[in-house]
Amino acid sequence: MSLLEIENLVVEFQMAAGPFRAVDGVSLKVSAGEVLAIVGESGSGKSVSMLAAMGLLPWTAKVTADKLTFNGRDMLSMSDSERRKIIGKEIAMIFQEPIASLNPCFTVGFQIEEVLRFHTDLGKKARRDRAIELFDAVGIPNPEERLGHFPHQMSGGQCQRVMIATALACNPKLLIADEPTTALDVTIQKQILDLLMKLQSEHQMGLIMITHNMGVVAETADRVIVQYKGRKIEEADVLSLFESPKSAYTRALLSALPDNATGDRLPTIAEFLSDQEIFEGAVR
Amino acid sequence: MSSVESKTASQPSALAEFWYYFSRNKGAVIGLAVFLLVLFVAIFAPFVAPHSASEQYRDMLLLPPAWMEGGNFSFLLGTDAVGRDIFSRLIYGARFSLFIGLIVVTLSVISGVLIGLVAGYFRGRVDTVIMRVMDIILAFPSLLLALVLVAVLGPGLVNAMIAISLVNLPHFVRLTRAAVMTERAKDYVIASKVAGAGTMRLMLLTILPNCLAPLIVQATLAFSAAILDAAALGFLGMGAQPPTPEWGTMLAEAREFIQRAWWVVTFPGLAILVTVLSINLMGDGLRDALDPKLKRS
Amino acid sequence: MLRFFFGRLAVLIPTFLGVSLIAFSFIRLLPGDPVMLMSGERVMSPERHAQIMHDLGLDRPMWVQYFDYLWSVLHGDLGTSIVTKREVLTEFLALFPATLELSFCAIVLAICLGVPAGVFAAVKRGTWFDQSVMGVALVGYSMPIFWWGLLLIIFFSGYLGWTPVSGRISLMFFFPPVTGFMLIDSLLSGQAGAFKSAVSHLILPTIVLGTIPLAVIARQTRSAMLEVLGEDYVRTARSKGLAPYRVIGVHALRNAMIPVVTTIGLQVGVMLAGAILTETIFSWPGIGKWMVDSVFKRDYAVVQGGLLLIAGVIMLVNLIVDVLYGFINPRIRH
Repeated sequence: MSLLEIENLVVEFQMAAGPFRAVDGVSLKVSAGEVLAIVGESGSGKSVSMLAAMGLLPWTAKVTADKLTFNGRDMLSMSDSERRKIIGKEIAMIFQEPIASLNPCFTVGFQIEEVLRFHTDLGKKARRDRAIELFDAVGIPNPEERLGHFPHQMSGGQCQRVMIATALACNPKLLIADEPTTALDVTIQKQILDLLMKLQSEHQMGLIMITHNMGVVAETADRVIVQYKGRKIEEADVLSLFESPKSAYTRALLSALPDNATGDRLPTIAEFLSDQEIFEGAVR
Repeated sequence: MSSVESKTASQPSALAEFWYYFSRNKGAVIGLAVFLLVLFVAIFAPFVAPHSASEQYRDMLLLPPAWMEGGNFSFLLGTDAVGRDIFSRLIYGARFSLFIGLIVVTLSVISGVLIGLVAGYFRGRVDTVIMRVMDIILAFPSLLLALVLVAVLGPGLVNAMIAISLVNLPHFVRLTRAAVMTERAKDYVIASKVAGAGTMRLMLLTILPNCLAPLIVQATLAFSAAILDAAALGFLGMGAQPPTPEWGTMLAEAREFIQRAWWVVTFPGLAILVTVLSINLMGDGLRDALDPKLKRS
Repeated sequence: MLRFFFGRLAVLIPTFLGVSLIAFSFIRLLPGDPVMLMSGERVMSPERHAQIMHDLGLDRPMWVQYFDYLWSVLHGDLGTSIVTKREVLTEFLALFPATLELSFCAIVLAICLGVPAGVFAAVKRGTWFDQSVMGVALVGYSMPIFWWGLLLIIFFSGYLGWTPVSGRISLMFFFPPVTGFMLIDSLLSGQAGAFKSAVSHLILPTIVLGTIPLAVIARQTRSAMLEVLGEDYVRTARSKGLAPYRVIGVHALRNAMIPVVTTIGLQVGVMLAGAILTETIFSWPGIGKWMVDSVFKRDYAVVQGGLLLIAGVIMLVNLIVDVLYGFINPRIRH
């Protein structure tokens, strides 16, 4: 059975100029132990669809779907308080800007222990031990001391490790990583990705990796969904996507990789395709 | 459509753009309307006011407003303790309040901006000295400092205005200095400097226009604050002196009648509140329209 | 932290010197003869004039006089009132608790109403609640408080007869001041009804003095909250499955309070200015009324000392706020 199932998800924002459709009929499935990558340019609605699934969008957003279930439970009809028992515990999420994603006014220890306080019945001492254990697991040196530090005293890579540790605190079944390495230095990117993949296989978590980086896709994913302007363009396992992309857009995306650039200029999608051509080949 | 036409359509003038954002704020438009009304009344006071501000109708002392029992429609808002028409005095009083606001803002903006420019542009010791002096002014409650200054200079409207301008000064100095310091490091200023622009040109023509937005908003706030402070000084007997129909002074004269004739107290204060509120509403609208940070959202 | 504290303290020294210089020059700038002003005597012989001039040290060079003044100020000697012949510092200390009590109640009122109002307005952004709270706040911000006080007196004291018009406590009660705070002293006195009388005297002045700080705090809290609610860490807090009260009340509010604390600190100056008007309207025997009365009685020694003391209070409060700011903003502390 799949862990997360989404069918025909639509997200609309009420703007001054009328409704804006950020996600338009996206469907996906993730199973336990599987790594699904969602790729697309910025603004393709990949983060928004995941935020919608978790119920984290602001109230200006209107979310509809034919089906939205987690572990067999219907997330759409669920009350807010029921949903809050799941998110942070069974579904966890990490974000693009690790430093900005941590609250500057609280120690990282407070922020990780907070999750344990709300989702487990561990006592004070047990929570602290668990936090130290988690910091150890994500490779933060001197965890006892680090727990008392504030986010601004740490590097971006360290903060992302804290975020990962926080996300893993309750052994989630599904982890959503929203561009987890984009804001980091190249050398750190590699370390964080390796860490994520190691933890994923250790815990047999489902992992949704949102990214615009084809390199990250190739390195991590089992299956790939390509999104463009809020619509799903293609879905395939990672080997066939790279070897024989079905849609014109995916082919264009792959040829737009910097490695394939000839001459001084980097190619752009618009040089290859119009919107119409892109959507013609789209799957539902 | 010809290309010329499309160009004019796609690029609205700065003023039209400003008005677009300003008019989206309903409160600001109401504020502007009320302010224009007060301004009109102040300018044409002799034509608008039914009576003179100083004529005393000795047989009509403390007459209640027209709609109340014993009221007289010739005296819409009633009369004060010596039989002067309150409505007319309020109309003439608008002149004083707006005039005070205008002079105070002009004085404190011009001097504050110049001092702030110098501090922010030259930095170093000049800056330190200027900012310390501003700290000293800010260490006193504004009204207390104004009160003491008026005690030194002698009570009266002009001295009250000078005192209030001085009290308002540090806000403009600080604001200008902060804006100049951010702008000074930007490339366009350096480019202008490399191109050989002199100090005065750099300060006044290159940097200053780019710091205007927060200054305009602050000037609006200072305008309303000046009206309030002048009225407060008048109320304490240190501003405009009786029988000037200044709103604060009118309130001070009316204080002893608060138990007997509520209207002598109510209307001058209401006039202050409405005027100050309309200016503050405009200030909020100006901030929305001029602050590019808010514009985006 | 200690270094931060002493750093702030060091900045205050030149400001204090400047403030003392202003207080010093105040009497010398007044129109008229400083000897007459300081002695309070109207008519005097040239010999007596020279005698007083020498006694007051006015025949020495200006800078000697200033350092002399500074020296006595640092030793707690702020001069003697011309009218009451009592020491300025003694009078100040006797009256200050009244102003402190009033200001404290007013700022507590402003914070307790302003912060929640601002938070809810930000959370319910754009709704009728937000618009009415912000509308009321702008009216409060535009309020001529001396008129507001008179209106409240007309309605609550005159029309309804609920509250007394002036003073700190009914004349029926008399007890020696212990702390100087009427709320505490009236309880300590054990006299029936004294505390109730003190409270009823305090209500209207508190509302009047608290109005502008309340409006400013509500507006500032709302805009700080709006900014913070869009931050990534608020999204993180929600992604942890935390309840809205915790996301808003702990994660967002804690960050939004950083600029609000600065605003609250700035309100102290506003309050002392407001105290001048409020105390005048309600005949509240505090330092605001004391200063106004002294200006009118031309008791310039009191005005001089009062200026310095009030500026000192404001500087002290600013120092406390700076330190508090360091406490709630970890980025400064570390």
